[in-house]
Amino acid sequence: MTQTATPNSFRNQPDEHGHFGRFGGRYVAETLMPLILDLEREYRAAKADPAFRAEFEDLLANFVGRPSPLYFAPRLTEHFRERAPEGMGPKIFFKREDLNHTGAHKINNCVGQILLARRMGKTRIIAETGAGQHGVATATVAARFGLPCTIFMGAKDVERQKPNVFRMKLLGAEVQPVTSGAETLKDAMNEALRDWVANVHDTFYIIGTAAGPHPYPELVRDFQSVIGEETREQMMAREGRLPDMVLACVGGGSNAIGMFYPFLDDQEVAMVGVEAAGHGIESGQHAASLTGGRPGILHGNRTYLLQDEDGQITEAHSISAGLDYPGLGPEHSWLHESGRVRYLPITDDEALKAFQLCCALEGIIPALESAHALAALGQLTTEMAEDKLLVINLSGRGDKDIFTVAEALGAEI
Amino acid sequence: MSRFEQAFSRGPALVCFLTAGDGDTAANLDALVAGGANVIELGMPFTDPMADGPAIQQANLRSLAKGTRTADILNMARAFRERHPEVPLVLMGYANPMTVRGPEWFAEQCAAAGVDGVICVDIPTEEDADLGPALRDKGVSLIRLATPTTDAARLPDVLKGSSGFIYYVSVAGITGMQQAAQGSIEQAVAALKAASDIPVAVGFGVRTPEQAREIAKVADGVVVGSALVDLVKQHGDDAPAAIRELTAALAEAVHTAR
Repeated sequence: MTQTATPNSFRNQPDEHGHFGRFGGRYVAETLMPLILDLEREYRAAKADPAFRAEFEDLLANFVGRPSPLYFAPRLTEHFRERAPEGMGPKIFFKREDLNHTGAHKINNCVGQILLARRMGKTRIIAETGAGQHGVATATVAARFGLPCTIFMGAKDVERQKPNVFRMKLLGAEVQPVTSGAETLKDAMNEALRDWVANVHDTFYIIGTAAGPHPYPELVRDFQSVIGEETREQMMAREGRLPDMVLACVGGGSNAIGMFYPFLDDQEVAMVGVEAAGHGIESGQHAASLTGGRPGILHGNRTYLLQDEDGQITEAHSISAGLDYPGLGPEHSWLHESGRVRYLPITDDEALKAFQLCCALEGIIPALESAHALAALGQLTTEMAEDKLLVINLSGRGDKDIFTVAEALGAEI
Repeated sequence: MSRFEQAFSRGPALVCFLTAGDGDTAANLDALVAGGANVIELGMPFTDPMADGPAIQQANLRSLAKGTRTADILNMARAFRERHPEVPLVLMGYANPMTVRGPEWFAEQCAAAGVDGVICVDIPTEEDADLGPALRDKGVSLIRLATPTTDAARLPDVLKGSSGFIYYVSVAGITGMQQAAQGSIEQAVAALKAASDIPVAVGFGVRTPEQAREIAKVADGVVVGSALVDLVKQHGDDAPAAIRELTAALAEAVHTAR
């Protein structure tokens, strides 16, 4: 959670007003402004407090199960070497965030935010969720700390993700189906903001990704940076040098920024983020905000958004519910425009194939989100020599996705 | 004297909100004026109205489903200005539709359409650069919101650069839900009046003439929105008569409160 502010650094954002270049900021109703200014002050104090850091690290180690392994994927490496030109095909590693408690990287951020909530004396937790992963992670930490918790989830998603709805209920959370708008993640976020504005005095909003008004993009990034920090240490210990490329999927972008941030000033480390291209960019049914959107203001920040020429937000589509959002975190918009990170679109079909390949060759069922990152390997491995090191952030496990995948493959369960 | 100054110079003013493109907007706006509304707020529909309760959320979606575009809203404003040269008109909405073509474009369009002021829900004073300078440059008032969470230390920043009137959001919450206690409104209005010379209008949760009368005893204006928007939903094309009737009752209550 440290950051060095040097000139020409990619690690000195956001500025004091919460802007990443022209992105980010605090676009919220006046009712929320005093609260997010408070949150920023409290976060600065927590960051400087060794006791806060010690408690965070203790929970990551003993509740979440960190560090997560850096796993060398031998058969996938071999698979792509066979298909690459002579001498090409890097060593492929997985950062195993799928092995965390609750099965994804989401819990890292939830542990950090609930500690902040307690520090601020808040007694009630709310969160939004799409597929239910962030909802489950939030319900988990709320149970661990004995705080009542309400999760807002689009009514369509409640119907599509019944197992996660039941998990949240088992963990003691109230799941509030959202029937406004398109009944998916962005509407769940609208509803969480509406609840927050009416309950600012006692409620802490645990935002699930590195987006929203400042300081959320910064603090979520910082809590998730444990991913990249561990990867750096593990790769140094194993190979004696840094990876040549790190690769991650980008929905809101919290797993990606957590992997990227610690390496941003290591120019020898290339970075690729993968957006969900759904049925293809040209179909209009996708969730690739950088490839197919343009800058605008939504949910508290300026960032790339899917929108029409009047600034109305358009519906996103991805087979992966976790990527099905018409925007992404503001730091990614900035990294995109600055050229430090390259962003690629991957379609539903490509992700499905990569999902199956990973199951068959490595014995790991990846989340459909992570399968988008895996699907970029076909292209990227042909560009990298055999002695190069490539790390994919395997952001979550795919048990939650087996129904979706079965349906897409026409299989009966 | 500006239209705002005139509207607030004759005792407490009634400020009425409707969502543009929901129902027959021109006829509904005329009904507001005929009923005695002193200031009109025309809502710009947005796909993601996170500060609004169910009534205005649904009005936004009804309007967008009918294909309402930003150009249509500006045309409604322009036509209103031609029909009603004296009545102040405010556009109220969210940051993205207002700034998507750049703040200068929006400010120019507002000025050309005869719009007197703009309320943007999700551009707080901290992000003023995204809209405020362009509006001020074109002589369009930026009307800021003050809320129960706006403390004394913050208030001067909120007031800085705003004109026309101050919109006091009487409850921490979304539009159209519960109403604030009269005591808290009196206190807040007194604090705002002490800090600024511009009129203070109070809204959120005001539905009946009785509520409006109580608020008008202490505030310069009373804002009613969701109750009117509900009439558009209930009555469809026959809404003007119902809108005129409610507005007349509200206006009577507000104008005779003191």
